[in-house]
Amino acid sequence: MVAGAGTDLRALTKRVRRHVVEMVYGAQSGHIGGSMSSTEILAVLYGRIMRHDPQRPDWPERDRFVMSKGHCTPVQYATLAENGYFPVEELSTFRKKGSRLQGHSVLGKPQGVENSAGALGMGLSFGLGIRLGMRLNNIDAHVYVLMGDGEQDEGQVWEAAMAAAHHNVDRLVAIIDRNGIQNDDFTRETMRTEPLDEKYRAFGWEVRAGIDGHDLDAVEAALAWARDVRGKPALVIFDTVKGKGVSFMENNPGFHGAAPNAEQFARAMEELA
Amino acid sequence: MTTTPAPAATREALGPALVRLQQNGADIVVVDADLGKSTSARTFRDAYPERFFTFGVAEQNMISAAGGLSTMGHVVVASTFAVFAEHAFDQLRMSVAQPKLNVKIVASHGGVSTGEDGASAQSVEDYALFSSLVNFTVCVPADVVEAEAMVAAAVATPGPWYIRTGRPKIPVIYTDGPRFQVGKADMLRDGTDVTIVACGLLVERSLRAAEALERSGISARVLNMGTIRPLDVEALTAAARDTGAIVVAEEHLTHSGLGAMCAQAIAASTQPVPMEFVGVQNRYGESATWDEVLEIMGLTAEGVEAAVRKVVARKR
Repeated sequence: MVAGAGTDLRALTKRVRRHVVEMVYGAQSGHIGGSMSSTEILAVLYGRIMRHDPQRPDWPERDRFVMSKGHCTPVQYATLAENGYFPVEELSTFRKKGSRLQGHSVLGKPQGVENSAGALGMGLSFGLGIRLGMRLNNIDAHVYVLMGDGEQDEGQVWEAAMAAAHHNVDRLVAIIDRNGIQNDDFTRETMRTEPLDEKYRAFGWEVRAGIDGHDLDAVEAALAWARDVRGKPALVIFDTVKGKGVSFMENNPGFHGAAPNAEQFARAMEELA
Repeated sequence: MTTTPAPAATREALGPALVRLQQNGADIVVVDADLGKSTSARTFRDAYPERFFTFGVAEQNMISAAGGLSTMGHVVVASTFAVFAEHAFDQLRMSVAQPKLNVKIVASHGGVSTGEDGASAQSVEDYALFSSLVNFTVCVPADVVEAEAMVAAAVATPGPWYIRTGRPKIPVIYTDGPRFQVGKADMLRDGTDVTIVACGLLVERSLRAAEALERSGISARVLNMGTIRPLDVEALTAAARDTGAIVVAEEHLTHSGLGAMCAQAIAASTQPVPMEFVGVQNRYGESATWDEVLEIMGLTAEGVEAAVRKVVARKR
């Protein structure tokens, strides 16, 4: 089953963005920018693409979502809560003492979080391992791994890309949220990683790039294509806007890992109303 | 008359042990970084090719993938050399230790007895790194028999493990079969004046030291501390109480290895006693035959004997 198949995703992404801003404002820490750039991607994965069941988070045949950009927990938790994995009210505990909702992804906290992350570059390897294990168990489920574009600096990503193709792993879908900004600066100023599409193709992947990561229909079409690739791993590169949805956060390196102040919070919530 | 078994390398235990365990119903998957011939992991590949994945010379990817694989219910055994396992420390931390996944790193060519290859191949800090990771069980076998028992225990016990095996052929101690119990020291010889706590190939050398010491009137207890973590604090405190002095002997840096961990346990006990440390003293290795490197480092029966005499003198 695909949970949430009838959900209005436009409305859902609006709620998710509001949760993201509230969570980071409430914790006075956390990563808004990369959460807002990934909002549609996660909404479509959980609402249209993945085979999952919030009532059975340990179902062995479920598709796995691996959050490799593990700092973007706000969008991950908000999406899981909106899909019924845990109560939406719990989102307000984000990054606070005693909460399950840790600053960076921790496997099993809460159920639905499939990996531990925060150090970048490991998710594609972890997802590759899951998929190899599934294949051994004759489980035809998919593994979706979300990475950042800044994350492509990490050498381990390329080790994983090579190994996935070498082992002819399919039903492994890598997703790059190409928002163009990393911690300190624009990615093009920090490390020249492009052309990512040609690099992955050369590594033996099926690739689609240049897709608007905020156009729900385009996101769904691209992910459905990737889901159905056989014989090879598949990658979709989405062009996104960091901080999407709040004018003064959009494309602003200042909102990678900074929390809004009271005035910024009020303005953001107004824009997201 | 029983024949003495031929010396054997602890690394030789891995492949055959895994095949036997798989035949007996275990669900093992082996991941390898292009060293399967040297670690003996290829023996498993020959028997179960579909359960063996090579990751090339890419340990970081291998370790994170091992974590992912284990979430599908398999016991994942990752095999490489000790120095190259160190290459994936952050992956061990994030993809194995913190989520407490069922991954066993069995790394061969541990310690300085890798010999001719020199400093880069000689791991003098490997089990300090693994012992620093929460949730890891860390073991060093004293011979090939114990190595096989440790692999079996690791496969049978959920959670992250590190087992350090060695390259050279060393004498077999457990000729009557293994006595390994995780977290328990094995008293190979009782004594009243001093306790020698050893692991790996220093165990046999410590036994020889104890025999020599006996001839000059010093009675030494010898503990094989096969499990570095969790440390058998009970056996250590009993050793302090019963013998009043402790020497720790290991093929590892003394400031971060078994000696340091034992010293912490003894310092926190009700009866601190004088201690001496035989091991690698704040340096890297160098090229020579394995036996020569051990001699350069003082990791010999004579080196242990000298440390015992020193610590016994400090008692008085």
